Amino acid sequence: MLNVSQLSCERDHRLLFENLEFSVAPGEVLWIEGSNGAGKTTLLRILSGLYTDYTGQVNWDLPQLPIYLGHKPGVKDLLSARENLNWLASMQQAPVAATAIDAALAKVGLRGFEDVLCGAMSEGQRKRVNLARLYLLDSVAWVLDEPFSAIDVAGIKSLEQRMGEHLDAGGLIILISHQRLALPHAIRSLRLGA
Amino acid sequence: MNLFMTVVRRELLIAYRNAADLLNPLLFFVIVISLFPLGISPSESVLRQVGPGIIWVAALLSTLLSMDLLFRSDYDDGSLEQMTFSHEPFLLLVLGKITSHWLVTGLPLTLLSPLLALMLFMNETGAKALFLSLLIGTPVLSLLGAIGASLTVGLRKGGLLIAVLILPLFVPVLILATAMVQTGMQAGNYTGHMLWLGAILALSTGFAPLATAFGVKISLSN
Repeated sequence: MLNVSQLSCERDHRLLFENLEFSVAPGEVLWIEGSNGAGKTTLLRILSGLYTDYTGQVNWDLPQLPIYLGHKPGVKDLLSARENLNWLASMQQAPVAATAIDAALAKVGLRGFEDVLCGAMSEGQRKRVNLARLYLLDSVAWVLDEPFSAIDVAGIKSLEQRMGEHLDAGGLIILISHQRLALPHAIRSLRLGA
Repeated sequence: MNLFMTVVRRELLIAYRNAADLLNPLLFFVIVISLFPLGISPSESVLRQVGPGIIWVAALLSTLLSMDLLFRSDYDDGSLEQMTFSHEPFLLLVLGKITSHWLVTGLPLTLLSPLLALMLFMNETGAKALFLSLLIGTPVLSLLGAIGASLTVGLRKGGLLIAVLILPLFVPVLILATAMVQTGMQAGNYTGHMLWLGAILALSTGFAPLATAFGVKISLSN
């Protein structure tokens, strides 16, 4: 559950947004849209606690930390897919079994790439390594900054399917995306800079 | 504590795969020291006098050279922001990173020092004091350097700024350590110096990771 009230943010003498009020409940999606430079990423960084130069209240009520997927890939070039995912998972919660990691990688279409260094992968594959966390960890909240960029059509489809499962299980998703979600669930949309 | 070991293991693995970046500061250390006999004088009496200072200044500069590596790549690829979403305190991750930084920079430098002491005509007791001073002193350099690295990681050109921020903080360590080696060379008792260095190490172990964790948060919030 997320509650936001009176949220305003000014950056470089430019007002990005003012007095935002919204809440996201389990089973809901908050879809943040807006043109380039409207402050979508800044809002997401505020919600995930990375950016602190704002006024207003952001209240999370969560049993675990959210899964945050930012602009940057978040994987290390010098580590293999398996090592990267293992690291990301053990940092976020208790260590996970090796078989679970391989299974999660297989689900994002990286079977056979477990031992490949991420530096040798394509942009989309690197993103998939990070997205594999969505199959591996049990976190209620997902905070995703353009999760579909650099992902192919089939990948987008399976990711949407995973999002659907997550929502059915009582999870909540906050995402920035330039494309509309093909999900039957309640999608709350927030337009910035309008 | 489990996570601490995980961080150290991860950092060492990355360091191992990125060996060139790690060898650079160590090579720099050796080369700078070997330039002094050529530049000043190869005579035994001169080198014996300036030796401790040369080795320690070279250690400071080589630590400084490696300091930018501590957070730079993690910042660039987004690993650093992922680290703030950890179930254990961020402080622990920072401490793990600093520890592994010392293991791959300060420790090799310390282990190499007896050889360099020999090159600069230090006697046996002096070489021993040098080794001990580096063993206690280089972790302090890593700890204090991390503060500067954390504050400058968000800047494009942080390299020089780190030097300005951090070198003044290294001064007490430099003074104590070189005095300790000088005393050692005259076969004197340097327990006092060692205890002072140890006190600085204890103090910076307590506070530096805290400051570094704050610094990283500030750098990420840009």
